[in-house]
Amino acid sequence: MKTDAVDIVLESQPDINVELNGSQIQHDLPTEEMLVNMGPQHPATHGVLRIVLRTDGEMVLEAVPHIGYLHRCAEKIGETVAPYQYIPYTDRMDYLAGMNNNLGFALAVEKLTGLEQEISKRATYIRIIFAELNRIASHLVAFGTYGLDIGAITPFLYAFREREYILDLFESACGARLTYSYITIGGVTDDLPDKFVEICSEFLDYFEPKVKEYNNLLSHNHIFVKRTADIGVITGEEALDYGLTGPVLRGSGVRWDLRKVRPHCSYDEFEFDVPVGQGLKGTVGDCWDRYIVRIQEMEQSVKIIRQALEKLRGTEGQDVLHKKGKTIKLPDDDIYFEIENPRGQLGFYVQGNGAAIPARVKARGPSFCNLCVTDKVCRDVLLADVAAIIGSLDVVMGEVDR
Amino acid sequence: MAPEEIANILKDKFGNKITGSNFETAHPHVLVEAKSWLEVARFLKEDPGLTFNLLRSISAVDMLEDDELIAVYDLCACRPGDRETDMCAFDEFCVKVKVPRNNPHIPSVANIWSAADWHEREAYDLMGIVFDEHPDSVMGVEGRHPRRILCPDDWDGYPLRKDYRFPMEYHGIPAVTEYEQTRPVH
Repeated sequence: MKTDAVDIVLESQPDINVELNGSQIQHDLPTEEMLVNMGPQHPATHGVLRIVLRTDGEMVLEAVPHIGYLHRCAEKIGETVAPYQYIPYTDRMDYLAGMNNNLGFALAVEKLTGLEQEISKRATYIRIIFAELNRIASHLVAFGTYGLDIGAITPFLYAFREREYILDLFESACGARLTYSYITIGGVTDDLPDKFVEICSEFLDYFEPKVKEYNNLLSHNHIFVKRTADIGVITGEEALDYGLTGPVLRGSGVRWDLRKVRPHCSYDEFEFDVPVGQGLKGTVGDCWDRYIVRIQEMEQSVKIIRQALEKLRGTEGQDVLHKKGKTIKLPDDDIYFEIENPRGQLGFYVQGNGAAIPARVKARGPSFCNLCVTDKVCRDVLLADVAAIIGSLDVVMGEVDR
Repeated sequence: MAPEEIANILKDKFGNKITGSNFETAHPHVLVEAKSWLEVARFLKEDPGLTFNLLRSISAVDMLEDDELIAVYDLCACRPGDRETDMCAFDEFCVKVKVPRNNPHIPSVANIWSAADWHEREAYDLMGIVFDEHPDSVMGVEGRHPRRILCPDDWDGYPLRKDYRFPMEYHGIPAVTEYEQTRPVH
C-alpha cells in the first residue's frame, strides 16, 4: 500500500505574543495561596534582602520586604567618633559608590561648620571627577547585575571589564579599590598622581564607544525588552509620593536632578543633560526606562569628567586638603544636606553640640527609600517579574540597613 | 520661597499651633505642636502655593538634657519641568516636632506621604517615637506602635537613645564582649 506523504500545514501560527496581564490569565486549575520566602540568600535580591511573597500559582499577590540583616549601627557609631573618623564608615554604607558617600558626609559637615567656602577649586574639581567616575562604576554594576537577574550572563563580564579600569584609576589615587575614604572633610586626602589626567582621558576615549556596545548587547535585545518593558510601572506622582529619587524617579519621567536644581560642588559650571524615561519600549516608568536612564547617565558622566579635566588645568599647586578638616569643632546647630548619589538623593543629618564629636548623625540612604515602593509595585505580577523589578530599583543593602 | 515666608503663611493659618521658629541657623525650621502636626502636614502638601510633595527624611533626635525627643521632617517641593531649562531651584522646608521622652506620641503622616511609612518605622525602632495610626503597626505592651524595621521584632529598647544600655545577651548569644564590659566609659 502506498501512502502519500502528508504535509503538515498549520492553519495559523501559534500566537507567541500572548499578553500575560493578570486579568487575562484563565484560572482553569484550582490553586491555593502559598507563602514563599525569597531571600535573604537569594542571588537576585542583591545582598541580604528577604521578601515574603504571597503567591497564587505564578502570580504574586503581595510582597513584603524584610530588611535589617546588615544593620551595623552606623548612626550610633557616628555619635562616638569625630567627623573625620566617620568618613570610612560612610564608605561601607553604599559600598558600590564609596566616593559619593564620602562626598555627601564631607559636604554636610563642611556646610555646618562654614568650611565650605574655603575648599580650593582644585579639590572641588577632583571631587567631581571621582564622584562621576564612581557613578559610572556603580551604574556598570547595576547594568551587569541587572542582566544577571534577567538571565543574561554576558553583560556582567563586559561591565566588570570596564569597571576594572576605573578601580585602577582609584587605586592610583588613594590605594583602595572599594572603600576609598579619599574625599574627606576639607578636600581630598591627596593630590592626583602623575599622569592621572592623561590616563583618565584615555579611559574616557576607550569607554565612550562601549556604551553603544552595551545597547546592542542588552538594551535593545528582544528577550530583555520582553522581560522589562511594561513591567513594574511607577508613575511620576507615585514616585514622588513614595520619596523615590535618582534614576528610579527620572525613569518615571520626572526631570529632577539635584546636580541641576540645587548644584553642590560647583556642578553649575558644567554642561550636561538629565536623561528621563520616555517609555520608548513600553509605558513611562517601567523597568526598561529605569534601566536605560542609568545607561544614558554614564554618557553624561563622561561629558562632565571631560570638562572637569579641562578645568583642572591651571589649578596646579593649590592645596587640596584644608588643615582645619581634622581638628574641626561642630557648632551647636544642625543641618540636613543632600547630594545626588548614583542611586538617588543621599542625605546626612548632622547635629553638633559644640564638641568635636557630633550629637547625632543620620543617613538618609536612597536605596532605603527606593526599596519601600516594592510592596506597591510587586502586586499582581508574575513571580519572575519580582526579580526584574527589584533589579531595576538597584538597591545596595549595605545602605538600606546601615 | 524663603523659609520665613513659608513660616509666615503657616503662622497666619494655624496661629499658636506653630510654637516657634528659628531662621538664624544652617537648618531653618519651625516647631509644630505634636497634636496639630497632621493638619499642618496636610496643608503643607495640599496647599497650591506650597505643594511640598516630597518627604525627604525623618530624623529622630534625643535631647536627654531637655528630656524630649525631636522628630525632624525635611520636606521639599519638587516641581519638575518638561525641559532642561525648566528645572528651577526648589523650596526646602523643615518642621520639628518635640515630644516628651516618657510619652512620645506623634500622629503618623504615612497617609499624606507614603514615604513616611518606612521612615516612621525606623524612627520608632531606633528612637522609640510612637507614630499613632501608622498603617503598619502592631500591638505592644504599651499599646499600638509601628512595626520594627532594622532590629528584630523582639528587640528590647531603642538603641539610638542616649541612655540606652546595650543588652548582655540576645537569645543566649552573648552580645557584649568581656572587653566591652570592663573598658572605661568615656
